[in-house]
Amino acid sequence: MADEVVLLDFWPSMFGMRVRIALAEKGIKYQYKEEDLRHKSELLLKMNPVHKQIPLLIHNGKPVCESLIIVQYIDEVWNHKSPLLPSDPYQRAHARFWADFVDRKVYGVGRKLWATKGEEQEAAKKEFLEIYKTLESELGEKPYFGGETFGFVDLSFVTFYSWFYVYENFGKFSMEAEFPQIVAWVKRCMQKESIANTLPDQKKIYEFVLELKKIFGLE
Amino acid sequence: MEEVKLLGAWPSSYCYRVIWALKLKGVKYEYVEEDLSDKSDLLLKYNPIHKKIPVLVHGGNPISESTVILEYIDEVWPHNPLLHHDPYEKAMARFWTKFEEEKSPIFFSFFHAVGEKQEKATKEAKELLRIIEDDGLGGKKFFGGNEIGLADLAFGWLSAWLEAMEEAVGVKLLEADSFPRLHAWRKNFREVPVIKENLPVGKEMLEYFKRLREMFIASATS
Repeated sequence: MADEVVLLDFWPSMFGMRVRIALAEKGIKYQYKEEDLRHKSELLLKMNPVHKQIPLLIHNGKPVCESLIIVQYIDEVWNHKSPLLPSDPYQRAHARFWADFVDRKVYGVGRKLWATKGEEQEAAKKEFLEIYKTLESELGEKPYFGGETFGFVDLSFVTFYSWFYVYENFGKFSMEAEFPQIVAWVKRCMQKESIANTLPDQKKIYEFVLELKKIFGLE
Repeated sequence: MEEVKLLGAWPSSYCYRVIWALKLKGVKYEYVEEDLSDKSDLLLKYNPIHKKIPVLVHGGNPISESTVILEYIDEVWPHNPLLHHDPYEKAMARFWTKFEEEKSPIFFSFFHAVGEKQEKATKEAKELLRIIEDDGLGGKKFFGGNEIGLADLAFGWLSAWLEAMEEAVGVKLLEADSFPRLHAWRKNFREVPVIKENLPVGKEMLEYFKRLREMFIASATS
């Protein structure tokens, strides 16, 4: 029986991008459905009634939500190629810890950076720089967060690259100047087809944010 | 066999999750009680990023974040599994474990807020319990099915901590009439031998939560 894989997603979502990359890495054929988050589809509401959020993977009719949970699911079901997590339990724990760090810290502070003004924005910038400094330090001299090969932590963080121009613009700083290791790492990742073909153009994301600010009166 | 050490602080429910997992697997470990107001060099060395307990140290290698620790324990000592072998069931267990983590601030709010904020938190907490009972537990005996699993350990604080909090606040959240299945789950969970033998109950727990509650009230009204 052929697998039926559907992904409900929203193009600028860095969480959705993680799943798209994972599916591409594994060579999985799937149907992509773009959600309008202000008019969520019945399918989304039915399949993810608890959070009503994207990304949502539906595999043979069964829904899986939360991007990193979806990525682990994909890794376990399609385990024939391109492992996304290491096989050693300690390295897996290390990968989960850092992916969890990205989840907890990186999205929130980035959002505060472009959605706020004045003192609040200054505080967000300070926090942003600290968090990225921690990540830069964790990366160190390694080619990838996972070591020699691209892995779970890389996947969880690389999707924020499409938002870097937004952060730089609103935060008024240069990612390359502040975090040269991270920028070098991102360029390395972008050599992978699955990533280069998935991440939207930074300018498109920037335009999307400008629209969003207008809609929500955040200018 | 490599040495296993657990850095914890009584009565942290995050710490108890790890204790339960280690005991379920029959893993011998050394427990180190941390004073969170005066964190040891060891804790700061082993968890420099978050500086929190619990930290599991296995053969000198530290692992932090309770859910990361639980999955590590499950992989290194696979008997009496915390996770089903089926990827979909695993994803469901991870989903509810993450849900508990994301929503715990609301329960914390129930405990530390006063007045209107407390009433709002109580209402939100009951709505969460509804979702947990209907969607999480459903008709199952445990979140993990017939045996306790990862999500049961994540919700384990409902089995003793919640009662102490309710008593200290003077507001009941988990009423038997409103949440019959969660009530049954709690009874069944507490009867699992490893849980029964490792549950912080009684006067000490109540006094601990009453003291905390008094502190929160004092700082809210000052």
